Amino acid sequence: MIEASALTKLYGDSRVVDRVSLTLDQPGVTAIIGPNGAGKSTLLSMIARLLPIDKGRAFIDGLDVTRTKGSELARRIAVLKQENGLLARLTVRDLIGFGRFPHSRGRLTAADRAKVDEAISFLDLTPLSDRFLDELSGGQRQRAFVAMVLAQDTPAILLDEPLNNLDIRHAVAMMRLVRKAADDLGKIIVVVLHDINFASCYADRIIAMQEGRIVVDGPAAAVVTEETVEAVFGLPVMVREIEGQRTCLFRR
Amino acid sequence: MADVAASQRRGELGTARPLILLALLALSCCAIFLTIGAQGNWSFVLPIRAPKLVAMILVGHAIAFSTVVFQTLSGNRILTPSIMGVDALYGLIQTLTVFFAGMLFAANSNSMTLFLVQTMAMIGFALALYGTLLGRGARDLYKLLLIGVIVGVLFRSLSGFLQRLIDPNAFVVLQDRLYASFNTVETELLTVAAILIGLVTLAFWRLLPQLDVLALGRDTATSLGVDPVALMRLSLGLIAVLVSVSTALVGPVTFFGLLVASLAVSLVGSRRHAETLLAASLIAVICLVGGQTLLERLLHFDTALGIVIEFVGGLVFLAIVLKRGIR
Ligand SMILES: Nc1ncnc2c1ncn2[C@@H]1O[C@H](COP(=O)(O)OP(=O)(O)OP(=O)(O)O)[C@@H](O)[C@H]1O
Ligand SMILES: [Mg+2]
Repeated sequence: MIEASALTKLYGDSRVVDRVSLTLDQPGVTAIIGPNGAGKSTLLSMIARLLPIDKGRAFIDGLDVTRTKGSELARRIAVLKQENGLLARLTVRDLIGFGRFPHSRGRLTAADRAKVDEAISFLDLTPLSDRFLDELSGGQRQRAFVAMVLAQDTPAILLDEPLNNLDIRHAVAMMRLVRKAADDLGKIIVVVLHDINFASCYADRIIAMQEGRIVVDGPAAAVVTEETVEAVFGLPVMVREIEGQRTCLFRR
Repeated sequence: MADVAASQRRGELGTARPLILLALLALSCCAIFLTIGAQGNWSFVLPIRAPKLVAMILVGHAIAFSTVVFQTLSGNRILTPSIMGVDALYGLIQTLTVFFAGMLFAANSNSMTLFLVQTMAMIGFALALYGTLLGRGARDLYKLLLIGVIVGVLFRSLSGFLQRLIDPNAFVVLQDRLYASFNTVETELLTVAAILIGLVTLAFWRLLPQLDVLALGRDTATSLGVDPVALMRLSLGLIAVLVSVSTALVGPVTFFGLLVASLAVSLVGSRRHAETLLAASLIAVICLVGGQTLLERLLHFDTALGIVIEFVGGLVFLAIVLKRGIR
């Protein structure tokens, strides 16, 4: 369970995240949308204890993220950052193996290896598993990082723009995977998405942010409307139902 | 296509072979150093050479470990712990000793007391500076290191100023101590140094899995349950001990760590600290012991090995910077 109450982040005078409260207690996919700089990554980072919280509190399974031991939280929540840099030169399999660190503390058991293999095949990385990360394309690398997060096998998962760099086939595969993890494994998943159509087709709930605040929060079908999207992004759009898929298109 | 296949296999390729080769090479260097030109005079040769060998192994290992770990902490492969300013303090302590106590004392002061005082002062300085700053929640290691650099410059200018006031004879004594040298190591200090370095090595050994995770970046490490600030504070403390002990033992060494660390990374990669550290230590022993044997026995060259190694290390540093840019 993820809970935030009045979370606030200040940089100088500007409130980058402004008293955001939300509760995610059901398995499912929640998409966060909003313009660049709305505070989506900042919100996720505070919940995942990657950034200090200025005001308010965040809880994972009832544990305050600022007071709980990191190793305890690492078994409950996993996070994919928008950008990832590495010092070590690792293979895809090495990297995904690190996802098991919270459980194995560095010594992979047979069960850990099985999880790693599962994550590798889930993300279509089998042919690349022994390649070095710096020899991969941006999208391949992105999938490797998502596989690491998946291998961590936590009940809650935060993904900041997991579709970065992915071609349409892999983007759809990623969203199906996210859907499956929520439906079959009962995970609570939060994804930051820029493509409203992916949010509309795969998310149960959509949260729209603007200037650090949550401006809309509701079931996907209720949020993806012309009025709401126009209000959030300040851009005229058309929303149409195409073969049962609610689709949003920009106006030329 | 063949390229892809080759690079696919590279991931699985064991690092065992280079490590075994390095170990054999290091052992042979040690054996040659002990036995070359001995002509059966063991009772004469061994008591002289054995302590020297132990000193080189200890110092090489300390420098290799501290540099590789320091590079992980700073996320940068062209830094060495000398940026922390610890050895600048060593220079200042040496200068102060000669300045105030005079040449006679300095010439005869390679004693346990001086060694312990120096080591404690350096460790104390590093822990005080970096411990307090990190304790105050400084998240930015670069800011920390910048402070280290500034303090280092301060110490160096102070030493430079005092050195101008020292009489020329004393200055010669002093200068000898400001370059690393293995010719003047005292046996009784080795035991203390070995214990300290051994304890730090054990401590680091237990931290290796966490350091592996830290090499993924601070945020990823946090999300995998490693506390980067705590790990950094502990590791910087341990590094300070290694650098202080090795500096107090033989004198300051700057570029040597860079040389062995980059050789180690290029030989066995950086996937596991256990492997990189082991390789770096072995390479350090090979360079020091092999280099000393070459200089002493073959070239009959009495220059301190430290100077030669710093020179080579400096060249490697330039080569890395030119090849890859500052990363
Ligand atoms: N270290 C920082 N110092 C000052 N301002 C910052 C800092 N980091 C982020 N910001 C500001 O905080 C705001 C929110 O940033 P954030 O990264 O959360 O946006 P985002 O919604 O994730 O945007 P994007 O869609 O581009 O990823 C931005 O206006 C950004 O300029
Ligand atoms: Mg963002």
